[in-house]
Amino acid sequence: MRFDLQIIASWIEPGARVLDLGCGEGNLLYYLKETKGVRGTGIETREDKVAQCIASGLSVLQGDLNTEVADYPDQAFDYVILSQTLQQVYEPAVLIAELLRVGRRVIVSFPNFGHWRNRLQLLVSGRAPVSEHLPYEWYDTPNIRVITIRDFKRFAVGMGIRVLKEVAINTHHHKEQGHIVHFLANLRGTYGIFLIGSGGARREKGFGGGWRHGS
Amino acid sequence: MSEYLSSLDGDAASVGVVEKKFFTFAAPPHCLVLESGARFGPITLAYETCGTLAPQGDNAILILHALTGDSHVAGTYSATDPKPGWWEIMVGPGKGIDTDRYFVICANVLGGCMGSTGPSSLNPATGEPYGLDFPVVTIGDMVEAQKALLDHLGISRLLAVIGGSMGGMQVLEWCVRFPERVAAAVPLATTPRHSALAIAFNEVARQSIMADPNWNQGNYYGGKKPDLGLAVARMIGHVTYLSDEAMRRKFGRQLQDRSTFSFNFDADFQVESYLRYQGTKFVERFDANSFLYLTKAADYFDLADRGGGSLAAAFAKARARFLVVSFTSDWLYPTARSRKMVQAMKKSGLDVSFCEIEAEWGHDAFLLPSPRLSELIRGFLDRVWREEHGAGRGEGEHAF
Repeated sequence: MRFDLQIIASWIEPGARVLDLGCGEGNLLYYLKETKGVRGTGIETREDKVAQCIASGLSVLQGDLNTEVADYPDQAFDYVILSQTLQQVYEPAVLIAELLRVGRRVIVSFPNFGHWRNRLQLLVSGRAPVSEHLPYEWYDTPNIRVITIRDFKRFAVGMGIRVLKEVAINTHHHKEQGHIVHFLANLRGTYGIFLIGSGGARREKGFGGGWRHGS
Repeated sequence: MSEYLSSLDGDAASVGVVEKKFFTFAAPPHCLVLESGARFGPITLAYETCGTLAPQGDNAILILHALTGDSHVAGTYSATDPKPGWWEIMVGPGKGIDTDRYFVICANVLGGCMGSTGPSSLNPATGEPYGLDFPVVTIGDMVEAQKALLDHLGISRLLAVIGGSMGGMQVLEWCVRFPERVAAAVPLATTPRHSALAIAFNEVARQSIMADPNWNQGNYYGGKKPDLGLAVARMIGHVTYLSDEAMRRKFGRQLQDRSTFSFNFDADFQVESYLRYQGTKFVERFDANSFLYLTKAADYFDLADRGGGSLAAAFAKARARFLVVSFTSDWLYPTARSRKMVQAMKKSGLDVSFCEIEAEWGHDAFLLPSPRLSELIRGFLDRVWREEHGAGRGEGEHAF
């Protein structure tokens, strides 16, 4: 299983109710079900992946995660997982608010655009970074949101979201090996993973309110 | 709809020879009280089974047929019978619904004409066929009759109820009417209620039967039958089971056995010839009055009625795990209808999986060979089987 998914799995307690958005072939859900007895549901758009999940005994719905989430009652899940998908979401603020409605906790992971290689590429070549983690050109990328770990933390503050856990990891795209980055996370981490819940101190002002920018 | 499968796939395993059996109940004065309020009996259901019922009786799957189907779901009636059951591709040893593991039951619906009591059956009070004296039955009445059969067979809880189209309606009805008796449900290519469009097509089909002078207010059993009306009804139905794309690919504008137009009203186009053939073939095996009664039952069905008008409230009564499947080119019961069901199930906290299968053949796709559908059903049933037999018995559990 992908390294970021291993970290996410380690945060989930046995028997929890879990919703995995963009669950793909269901690797995480299957692992959680087998090892922790979680009651999991997945949402996935692609028919072949949905079929693969259901055939392997998972509960999975074919559909768009933005609309599928809306049908669930409040706090229907203990954990809602959005792994490596936030950067492809059209309205991230709306979606995350919705996830915090249906889930007690939300786990979000995304490729960190603030990684030093990305910064260096832009600085040196003057071109939008293309890397192992962000392997697309500007014109064909599904990643319509450029997020850094620092950006997400700012976003959480602005949204009144409590960050309960945060981890930066350095791993290769879709690889099982990796390590946690403790120092200079926004420079050295290739992915950020956050465990969030509602109920942080919400700032009065919206975004762009003149917060300090740093490394 | 079984005309798609005229012969057995050579290397596929089959359940082999099956026998049509009969169960009679509700003899007066113990009549079944129908949804209309009418008391009716006796009732006979024709049914077939494949596989072996486990000693604990916990491996039973009830398959519910569509409008023109019957109890003959799989296998053949004799070693030399060339025509297998209507879901031979799905039901059998090692197949999607594996008869090595599960005990499969399929009964002809109440109101049908393939051995179960319907308008063509003899009314014991008069010795004549019922005709229009047969009471109007509903999907709920069909399910009540099936429940009586299961009681007779000693099956208190079904591992799964599975069916497509009108069979899917019965699946849904089972789940809210007898929630404690259903562990899992697979409604395929179905809808929680008919749209005006679906009712309209049924009404045109019924009118074509009733406009046939031979129909004679339903009293035709001694003489000429309303074959023409029934054939046209079947042609209309058949069009709704296909899709624009399927018809374009299958027929296009190709002419049948000719190179130029006839300049009369013969079947010039292949599609005309095909529909005429389907219509003619259908009248050999189906009763016109049954067609009227069954289409009416499908039109009346509205699952939301079980929840005081709310689909979510109706599903709140259910306890089964669901696998909902729709097909992209099905415009009779389109994916949007399945999504509505899924939405209501989610609101009610039910464990539901949903897959929309890419298929060009329209509504009838659920009856056609599809490795994907087989794989979905096999995996889903396997999971239910393990959950029912494993440590985490999920009965009644709202497993999100």
